[in-house]
Amino acid sequence: MRLAKWHTAMLLKRGNGSWFERIAMLLMLAGLCVMILLPLFSLFSKAVTDKQGEYNGLENFIDYFSTPALLSSLQHTVYVSALTAILSVVLGFLFAFALTRTNVPGKMFFKTVSLLMLFAPTMMLGIGLTYLFGNQGLVTTGFFDALPFHWDIGLYGPTGIVMAEVMYTFPQACLILVVSLSFADFNLYEAAKTMGAGKGRIFFTITLPNMKYGLISSFFVCFTLAFTDFGAPQVVGGSYNVLATEIYKQVIGQQNMGMGATVGIILTLPAILAFIVDRFITSRQHAISARAVPYRISPSRKRDGFFLAFCIASSGMILLLIGTVFAASVIKIWPYNLSLSLKHYDFSKVAGGSLQPFWTSLRMSAWTAVIGTAVTFAGAYLIEKTKTLPVLRQAGYFLSILPLALPGIVLGLSYIFFFNKASNPMHGIYGTIWILVLANIAHFYSVAFVTATSALKKLDREIETASDSLGVPRYKTLLRVTLPLCLPAVLEMAMYFFINSMVTVSAVMFLYAADLKLASVSIVNMEDAGDIAPAAAMSTLIVMTNIGVRLLYEAVTHQIKKRTQAWQTREQ
Amino acid sequence: MKKWVGTALTTVLIISALTACGGNKNNTNAQQGANGNKAAAEANAELTVYTALEDDQIQTYLESYKAAHPNVKVNIVRDSTGVITAKLLAEKDNPVADVVWGTAATSLLVLDQNNMLEGYSPKGIENIQPEFKDKQEPAHWVGIDAWETAFAVNTAELKKKGLEIPKSYADLIKPEYKGLIVMPNPASSGTGFLTVNGLQQLMGDSDAWSYLDKLDQNIAVYTESGSKPAKMAGTGEYPIGISFGYRAIQEKKGGAPVEVVFPAEGSGWDVEANALMKKDNIKPEAKEFLDWAISEEPMKKYNENYAILAMKTDSSVIPEGYSKDPISQLVKLDLNKAAETRDATLAEWSKRYEAKSEKK
Repeated sequence: MRLAKWHTAMLLKRGNGSWFERIAMLLMLAGLCVMILLPLFSLFSKAVTDKQGEYNGLENFIDYFSTPALLSSLQHTVYVSALTAILSVVLGFLFAFALTRTNVPGKMFFKTVSLLMLFAPTMMLGIGLTYLFGNQGLVTTGFFDALPFHWDIGLYGPTGIVMAEVMYTFPQACLILVVSLSFADFNLYEAAKTMGAGKGRIFFTITLPNMKYGLISSFFVCFTLAFTDFGAPQVVGGSYNVLATEIYKQVIGQQNMGMGATVGIILTLPAILAFIVDRFITSRQHAISARAVPYRISPSRKRDGFFLAFCIASSGMILLLIGTVFAASVIKIWPYNLSLSLKHYDFSKVAGGSLQPFWTSLRMSAWTAVIGTAVTFAGAYLIEKTKTLPVLRQAGYFLSILPLALPGIVLGLSYIFFFNKASNPMHGIYGTIWILVLANIAHFYSVAFVTATSALKKLDREIETASDSLGVPRYKTLLRVTLPLCLPAVLEMAMYFFINSMVTVSAVMFLYAADLKLASVSIVNMEDAGDIAPAAAMSTLIVMTNIGVRLLYEAVTHQIKKRTQAWQTREQ
Repeated sequence: MKKWVGTALTTVLIISALTACGGNKNNTNAQQGANGNKAAAEANAELTVYTALEDDQIQTYLESYKAAHPNVKVNIVRDSTGVITAKLLAEKDNPVADVVWGTAATSLLVLDQNNMLEGYSPKGIENIQPEFKDKQEPAHWVGIDAWETAFAVNTAELKKKGLEIPKSYADLIKPEYKGLIVMPNPASSGTGFLTVNGLQQLMGDSDAWSYLDKLDQNIAVYTESGSKPAKMAGTGEYPIGISFGYRAIQEKKGGAPVEVVFPAEGSGWDVEANALMKKDNIKPEAKEFLDWAISEEPMKKYNENYAILAMKTDSSVIPEGYSKDPISQLVKLDLNKAAETRDATLAEWSKRYEAKSEKK
């Protein structure tokens, strides 16, 4: 989600900021260093130490590349991620095309459904697939022998991982591609038509070239997400090992931190590459002619029919998966006793322990939303509204978007190494809820930062100038003008922090203390212990909560927009 | 001038945001200090207990402890045997755990070999049978019960496939069970380790490995936990799970079409035991916890789940689902030897079968 949103936000970026503020800037830089840079240094130094903590140079890397079982995890991950990225981009393209270039009915519905997966932890996708295509799955058993056929797709292994990852990355690809498909100049299409170009030719010479950056970017986003995901392979990977599960095994199973750090660095490489490619692309994608005319959709029943079928099929798959997980969570003993029961929502007898992890998750996510939004907005305000000391500003900007390139697992590991050192003055937050909040803020910082930045950029610089000349203090302007005007963006940031903190596993799974188990982590634990139905129940709770928060957000924004933003007719 | 007001405000904003974490940190530090330094008045004592006991057992077991020590906050860290062992070993220089409870004796022996356990003979140790406790005085570990290999077999699924219920290890390597069996990875699971070790001491080292090679041909996946194979058998995901007695019986009790099979050749086994961690500030509560852990109340509770108790008693009830004489089902084995060869066994195992193991 963060990469996709990041890309979207970058496409919409415009304008420039103004004033300077020395101490706050330095403080912000220091904060970002503690949150991001220093932990990363600990990770790098850990990668060059052995199990006993002695320096051993590149030994770990040599070890890694000479152990067949470890090396195979790299090959597996590359294969699975590439396949996922190709499938997701193709499917995402078709879906985005249907939404932007056809007259398919029910676009709002399809769009909403395609985004549902963003509210679910990735383990849930794996669990859903298990119930559909596992050895006792609905499809595998032909709806418990109700259908005349059985269909065993051999879920466990690369098939299952790719299926889950495609479902997970599909909305991301859609988000990016919808934006790039909507940047079109209809003049070009008309000209081509006048010159007698056929549909195929127009597609290959105008549509595709126009969105090539979007395609490349979505490919990298999907690749990176699949490359670093832990939840889905953990559930449906079977004996097919990938990098993320390999780190888990090294760190949790064998407590081999050095090797965990080593694999972590390998895990970061494609993300960094994606980051560079994305920066390069966004720096080029601004050129859209001011005289461009929006695309006008020509009527075509054949085309609409095809895309409607496609939209129904893909939305159907998403709804089926979520529905299956909901159903499995209230079925007594799948598949032998299909009567309904809420017993799987009693977590006291399984690895979850109780409903406590869910409450802890709520608490953590709420704190992350509140503190994260405040910190990120302040950071964006400083960088956006200052103009002297460009070096510091640039550094601050770079640090603010750096977390985009950091997989959650890597961030989580870095935090153990950095904060668990007794010599660290902030050692005290280790084992408390605050380290989880901090890790989440760092993990999701960049997208929220860009949201805040683009909201601030939309405001006229004259506001500050005007208040200065009227003798109104800056803080009053901030509180009375800037903040209220940015309220929709602030709410969006808070929602983004909240939802992602609810579903994330990767950054927090190494950091939570015994009495602070989280809902998402408890899903992993329950799945590990074979308690699949309670894991489905916990997933259901998380999805429901997130949908609730999203609806609340929509309602509140709707109210605010109606009341305060009437003057701002320009589309965001 | 005005600018600086704005500056100040923004600064305050950021500082307060950043120290939202910091402020609490001080709190925690204070708490930790209190716990660590002056082995606190029982008032707000905190005890960190590492355990590999089953999640569904822990809370019931703890009831009588909580009744007797309402003011001690018990932090339970639970994970599979191998994970707990690895965690304890990793924290060797700076142990977090105060006591280890209900964790494989073979693992505790490894810790002891690393000089990580403090000798302490809890009250009532004389009631524990000699083979279930450390020979040293004071004892470095004390057992509470024993658990053993059992197969959970899904009868409904085997019936569909027209297959017999396997009764022995020898049955498991028959070609018709190919891809139907799930077994725990001994590196992470205590049940996995006691099963492999049981085979080693039953058949001798080289025969055991060649048996495991053949078994590997039939294994669909190696799981991280020892419970999961039984649970998978329960849902029929994979019809045969090599697991342990308690879990297999629980699945059956829960209503799954599961038959519990104790292998004809004999079951591998291990003792679930407790120990005191060697550290600078050993809390009196830690010792009290160990006293409680082998007292009558919890022993009764252990006995509801496990047929074989560490306590000497003539009236130990054989729980439902067990064969009449669970002790005669056990392979004769030497736990010390198992602990000594643990590293080598696990290394050999992962060399041979790691590729097929579930992550972790």
